[in-house]
Amino acid sequence: MAMPMESPISFTNVGKIRWWQRGIFASQTGYVLLALAVLLVIMHFASPYFFTQGNIQNVAKNFSFIAIATLGVTFVIIIGGIDLSVGSMMCFSAMITSMVMTELSTPGGLGASLFVHMAADGKTVLANVPGLILLVSILAGLGVALIAGLVNGFCIAVLGLSPFVTTLGMLSIVRGLGYVVSNGRGSFPGGPDADYFYALTSGDVLGVPAPFIYLVILALTMAVVLHHTSFGRHVFALGGNEKAAELTGIPVVRVKIEVYVICALAAGLQGIIISGWLGSAPANMATSYELNVIAAAVIGGANLAGGIGGPLGAIVGCVLLEVIRNGLVLAQVSSYWQQTLVGVIIILAVLVDRIRSRMT
Amino acid sequence: MASAEATPVLELTGIGKEFGAIRALHDVDMKVLPGEVVGLMGDNGAGKSTLVKIIAGNFRPSHGEMRFAGSAVHFNRPVDARAVGIEVVYQDLALSDNLTAAANVFLGRELKRKFGPIALLDHKAMAARALELFGELRSETRPDDLVKQMSGGQRQAVAIARTRLSNARLVMMDEPTAAISVRQVEQVLGLIHRLKEQGVAVMLISHRMPDVFAVCDRVIVMRRGEKRADKPIHETSPEEVTALITGAKEAA
Repeated sequence: MAMPMESPISFTNVGKIRWWQRGIFASQTGYVLLALAVLLVIMHFASPYFFTQGNIQNVAKNFSFIAIATLGVTFVIIIGGIDLSVGSMMCFSAMITSMVMTELSTPGGLGASLFVHMAADGKTVLANVPGLILLVSILAGLGVALIAGLVNGFCIAVLGLSPFVTTLGMLSIVRGLGYVVSNGRGSFPGGPDADYFYALTSGDVLGVPAPFIYLVILALTMAVVLHHTSFGRHVFALGGNEKAAELTGIPVVRVKIEVYVICALAAGLQGIIISGWLGSAPANMATSYELNVIAAAVIGGANLAGGIGGPLGAIVGCVLLEVIRNGLVLAQVSSYWQQTLVGVIIILAVLVDRIRSRMT
Repeated sequence: MASAEATPVLELTGIGKEFGAIRALHDVDMKVLPGEVVGLMGDNGAGKSTLVKIIAGNFRPSHGEMRFAGSAVHFNRPVDARAVGIEVVYQDLALSDNLTAAANVFLGRELKRKFGPIALLDHKAMAARALELFGELRSETRPDDLVKQMSGGQRQAVAIARTRLSNARLVMMDEPTAAISVRQVEQVLGLIHRLKEQGVAVMLISHRMPDVFAVCDRVIVMRRGEKRADKPIHETSPEEVTALITGAKEAA
């Protein structure tokens, strides 16, 4: 039964969206980037010290200290989740790394005979294979992060617990474990490989801080993963419409667990890098960093409702926070104002985004 | 219209389903031929959605047999139904608003290109294929536009294009015209015609009598978990179907 319905369908009332209303130009990341550029110009005129090589290196190093964790949290925020355990995770991974390093480097310590031997003078400890201790201890630090991430992911994806509550619990569990294993004292990287450790975490290559190099590599990797692999596609789909993702056959549980593991690993790596810069992993290290990290992600345009976010936004958010902190110091404003200002900026960034989406 | 001796795409015999003491479906027989558009009508609680969920693999029937293209099938999960060629267009369309039309069409079955050990998305191929599908459906939908910015009719086109991608042989549409404007309803009915032209069987689950009478070849009426009528559309009338749905007329 053919019906008289054969007129071609046309959408003449739907125009092509202009280039400046699409992609980065229409995103929160875009105008926060613009705000950052304006801020940099203002800083240049406000303080002659801002654009000195030393200060720029300092800024680059400082924002790199939270930016890697922010990349991880951005993944979680894109799927519409949240991870509050990143601060504790940084501390715990750093602590395990330095404790394992110290233990393996102490003759008579657990398993140490495999890794070190005494030099002929009876005092100096020498590594059997240079760098091996470092490798094993970093893997141990990342290993505990992996386990915590798996537990987070399992509770959220399989048991269906709320991400907020699960990771709030994990925040406390991991911080508590940090105090337990170190007896509340924290730990210090030591042994023959400690020099490599410091070189890798707080050194620089041709004037570029090492953490900044890691950040750039990880951010580029993340951009490729998010936009050019099916995993990334599924991450965005999950954040956009979880039920739809499930109906189209995306392995929702697996993607969720993987995302929480990525976040925990990023936090762990970040913690290890910070401990290299601090020269120790105190038990109260990175306390409440989860708030800075989430704030940076949100300022950079990651939407807590899910579905939107990316590495550029995460970095822009971190840079903005650091430039403001740095600027306040250069302007000799009390550093206590920083936190207040950060709060104002979070609300402003989200507000501007809301106004913009109402207008279009 | 498909000839009577063609193998039915879907054949149900004696399908029944109980949920505890509740009998949701009882002894339902039906056939759907290739290229046929069948309207499934009934009031709320008549057993339409249970029937659809059984065909789509969400539930297993308590009784009866299901044959797809001539061979008996047992679905444990929706994926099994999709694997043989049954696609469902859900009422809320199951689209991700934050992705492009092409991304939605290919969601879960992305085209990839191998670069050594890494497989990256083949954006170009996906956009081209999506454009082709929208062309087949005669829908002016741009593969690179975000679904968020689309009209109801375009969204339907995206959801239907997804079923075309897998070369589904039976597409079930759950209330596709429930929440959209008159103009868009016309577009959706047009899309159903495009599917029919390509030999795809369509089951249209709808409350809207004019839509069913505009596109369907046959109408099946459910009431209290039983099939009360199964008639070619030109042998019945909206009045009779209404009477069957409400129970004013017991069976036809």
